[in-house]
Amino acid sequence: MATSKAAPLAGLAAMALLLTACSGSGGSSSGDSGPQSENLGERGPITYVQGKDNNNVVRPLVKKWNKAHPKEKVTFKEQSDNADQQHDDLVQHFQAKTDDYDVVDVDVIWTAEFAAKGWLQPLTGKMAIDTKPLMPATVKTGEYNDTQYAAPQTSDGALLFYRKDLVKQAPKTWDDMMADCKIAKKKNMGCYAGQYAKYEGLTVNVSEAINTAGGSIVGKDGKTPTLNTPEAKKGLQRLVTAYKDGNIPKQAITYQEEQGRQAFEAGKLMFLRNWPYVYSLAKTDGSSKVKNKFGIAPIPGEDGPGAGTLGGHNAAISVYSKHKATAHDFVKFLESEETQKFFVTQGSLAPVRTDLYDNKELNKKLPYLSTLKTSILNAVPRPVSPFYPAITKAVQDNAYSAIKGEKSVSKALKNMQAAIKSAGSGS
Amino acid sequence: MAGIDLDPATPELAPTGKKRKYINSGHGKRAALLIAPTVVVLAIVIGYPIVSAVVLSLKKDSGLDPSTGMFVQGGFAGVDNYVHWLFQRCTSADGQAGACPPGNLGAQFWQSTGITFFFAAVTVSLETAFGLWMAVIMNRSFVGRGLLRAAVLVPWAIPTAVTAKLWYFIFAYNGIANKLLHTHILWTGDEWPARFAIILADVWKTTPFMALLILAGLQMIPTDVYEAAKVDGASAWQRFTSITMPLVKPALMVAVLFRVLDALRMYDLPAILTGGGGGSGNATTTLSILVVDQIKQGFNSASALSTITFVLIFLVAFLLVKVTGASVVDNPDQPKKEALQ
Repeated sequence: MATSKAAPLAGLAAMALLLTACSGSGGSSSGDSGPQSENLGERGPITYVQGKDNNNVVRPLVKKWNKAHPKEKVTFKEQSDNADQQHDDLVQHFQAKTDDYDVVDVDVIWTAEFAAKGWLQPLTGKMAIDTKPLMPATVKTGEYNDTQYAAPQTSDGALLFYRKDLVKQAPKTWDDMMADCKIAKKKNMGCYAGQYAKYEGLTVNVSEAINTAGGSIVGKDGKTPTLNTPEAKKGLQRLVTAYKDGNIPKQAITYQEEQGRQAFEAGKLMFLRNWPYVYSLAKTDGSSKVKNKFGIAPIPGEDGPGAGTLGGHNAAISVYSKHKATAHDFVKFLESEETQKFFVTQGSLAPVRTDLYDNKELNKKLPYLSTLKTSILNAVPRPVSPFYPAITKAVQDNAYSAIKGEKSVSKALKNMQAAIKSAGSGS
Repeated sequence: MAGIDLDPATPELAPTGKKRKYINSGHGKRAALLIAPTVVVLAIVIGYPIVSAVVLSLKKDSGLDPSTGMFVQGGFAGVDNYVHWLFQRCTSADGQAGACPPGNLGAQFWQSTGITFFFAAVTVSLETAFGLWMAVIMNRSFVGRGLLRAAVLVPWAIPTAVTAKLWYFIFAYNGIANKLLHTHILWTGDEWPARFAIILADVWKTTPFMALLILAGLQMIPTDVYEAAKVDGASAWQRFTSITMPLVKPALMVAVLFRVLDALRMYDLPAILTGGGGGSGNATTTLSILVVDQIKQGFNSASALSTITFVLIFLVAFLLVKVTGASVVDNPDQPKKEALQ
């Protein structure tokens, strides 16, 4: 009911924004006082906002919560399944400073931006959450300026899907994998692919290559680029060389997650870097030709598992919420062992609690869990910066040219370095 | 003058100069009253956004306060945002100014402008040629003409986003285009194939619109003009160049103007079909795509960019009206008079 009311309101808010073109990028330095210290102890009905609930996990959870908390009911506001639209919807509501969003689901790469705009309630003091049982890498994605702004909710790590009927065991290192490529060539199929179309997936794959080689995109402060290192060069060079040699097939330059999955399921790829969701589909899809022919492994690295890029979502509390105590309880409910178990069994969403990965019963049901644990433990978050859109654009543009062979690796890295440096300087 | 034109009974009602003046000023007031709501609405929905966009474009994007790590308002920027785009100047975080490095949106302005105008020139030329051809055919009388006219409209009736997705599947690497042609072209990944794909999709979609506007112009031409020409022994080509072309020109020019303005604002087709990609990554990024990308990074520089885009399109429209005499704003009676002369 509240959702149907909220939709026209959102439209109105958007129009009001357009007309008054209010304050543009919004958010002033509100300091320590203001909305952050208000309503901390208040209880009452709240709204939880998230993108499309594809796996139908949120509705049953909300139902369960509402049964136990009849006076603090949660209304689920479902957004579209497009990440950009989800982002813009959240921004509009925050800019309007409305209290109709209480707990919001934030992609790991948006956390810093929202925190720096002063829209997220710091999870400190009364609002603190217990991060001890959580995977450290996932906790980091919710931090900005050494303050916890969001609680990890679901995670996602890179996996290597390989054809166990063609190679005896999964390659441990990148060089092993490239050596295996001659088998694929003999069979006249593609060897390895990740996501190389010019979109966020490319940033994920490039940072994986650079992190695996021991380099990094930005330093610890989240803004100073660190791409002028031999390690960074080695990482990007690997992708460039593999593409040039044909070990990464030519058409992979247009691949997003789905195209790669389809190629793998059609038996046209020997190795595929993708997220865990591929596992159940490749096992059960009617058209899958590799149902019982593939295995899963951590992505290959220098001499052990590579450094994957962390995906996933965090749960955050809006500073404009009127019932923050309830919102805090709901966030804790999302983090609970029971909820996390439900996430992984019902929706194959990677849990953020370390102990669940060692749960025997779960491992029986989901054989990829222990591999995923390795992946997430070795994972590196993408740059935590309020200027993330500019950073990812700098990485995508230059890496794309380099992989296509239109720019040398060192020039691409030099340009990337300069473009990240100029990011966030206003203009 | 307006009073007399509006009311042909004025002379009878206003025998004396004094009275006539009174009535005239009354009419003026009434006219002002009648158009006032339109003016107010236009001022709100067109005037205000334009003015506020210009005002916003003169402010700095909000930046980080290094001590708190929080965003603060940027303050007045003057024409910095315009310099940033037009001269591709970037300031890095440590305050040094220099050319925008590749991978920064600022480095893309002139390239995107070129691509936008290239798309507009090529697609509108092709659409005009094909549209004219289709209109001439549809103007003849034959069995099933009504059906053909309706069928031709189908591509135009499909929303652009759907069209774009359709062509996206056609041009996928494993799509039907490569299968039919027995090729292995990266339609959405390489520079010219990506541009070609967009031009093809746009021409396919909007030629019917062009054809229908031109057809409307063709139907204004009286058939006896052609009969007279035939009696005088003019060949089919002569009839086309000396009668059809000059008489259909006013309608044609309006159609061209509409399409040029549309093409310069093109966003959805390249955004969905190639994501603005191709070549080294931005071979199909139009100005509108650049504006939308910039909004994610900074609202005020995006305002400056959209103001520049607006001025560019406005200039093109102005030039088209002046040079070709496309008479969208002139007296609507004019073409009729020309036709009758």
